[in-house]
Amino acid sequence: MAPMTPSTIELPVTADDYRIARYAAAAIALTVAETALPSPLPGIKPGLANIIVLVVLARYGWRDAAWVSLLRVVAGSLVIGQFLAPGFFLALAGALCSLAVLALAQYLPPRFFGPVSASVLAAFAHIGGQIVLARLWLVPHDGVFYLLPLFATAALVFGAINGLVAARLLDLPAVAPAEAAA
Amino acid sequence: MTGRVPEGLRELLAQAAGEGHAPWRTLLKAGDWALLLMAALLVAASYPLLWRGGVADRAIVKRDGQLVTELALNTPRKYEVVGAIGTTVIEVQPGRARVLSDPGPRQYCVQQGWLTRANAVAICAPNHVTLQLSGRSGQNGAYDTLNY
Repeated sequence: MAPMTPSTIELPVTADDYRIARYAAAAIALTVAETALPSPLPGIKPGLANIIVLVVLARYGWRDAAWVSLLRVVAGSLVIGQFLAPGFFLALAGALCSLAVLALAQYLPPRFFGPVSASVLAAFAHIGGQIVLARLWLVPHDGVFYLLPLFATAALVFGAINGLVAARLLDLPAVAPAEAAA
Repeated sequence: MTGRVPEGLRELLAQAAGEGHAPWRTLLKAGDWALLLMAALLVAASYPLLWRGGVADRAIVKRDGQLVTELALNTPRKYEVVGAIGTTVIEVQPGRARVLSDPGPRQYCVQQGWLTRANAVAICAPNHVTLQLSGRSGQNGAYDTLNY
């Protein structure tokens, strides 16, 4: 969009920025769509936006995946009105933990491990980070760990499904506009 | 309409809706299967480990078998009970309770330390005082009583 008056400060926008913004927009759209889904327990969500993070991780590396994931958490929470609410910090803790695990998981030998492994590991890290933050801050009682089996089950199921979707997307010949342009 | 869908999402949706995919199972490699199996076993193992017994939420203090008070285990506080030979001090913290001090000669109930699980009990016999934890419902209690 062209500015009405010429700006005195020009921030150079690189192809990287456009690519990250495009994927982050997709992740945010999935986050927003997901809030319409009913959840049996607060905290149990499919985490569809993580499909985008996995695709970005496999195609463009960890740095881009971290950008997309964190932009998704911040902008997604702004869109759904949760910015700086407890849910935002839980999502941030989960995202940071799963990014940390993905940083290690990307070095798994690709001969034996695909996106499904990365997705499941990241999903476990996600609930791990959330439950630790919840225990330290929101519910100062070991009772939260009582819910761990349920959260772990959800992480396993949704992690596997998201990983399969990401694997299928990655399996297709890439037709990303960014790559076509590059 | 399609103009409003972000580029990346449209691309991904188009790919997801595309025809002629390889079957799902070919997307899983040997390590993926192994990891899924291990994760499933770990998750299954977490159910009995974490759902055994109940999480205590109340401390029940009795003297001579008569209920003295019930303390909720969510705010830290201290409670004094006057017993047969002196005063027993009960201390409550979130999720746990203990006998802080007791006039009994052998201090068994004090040395028992923190009680955390439902139905755990500390008995200060000389002073006729007992401290017992209670879960949120009687039927899921794995133990009638816990002593050490």
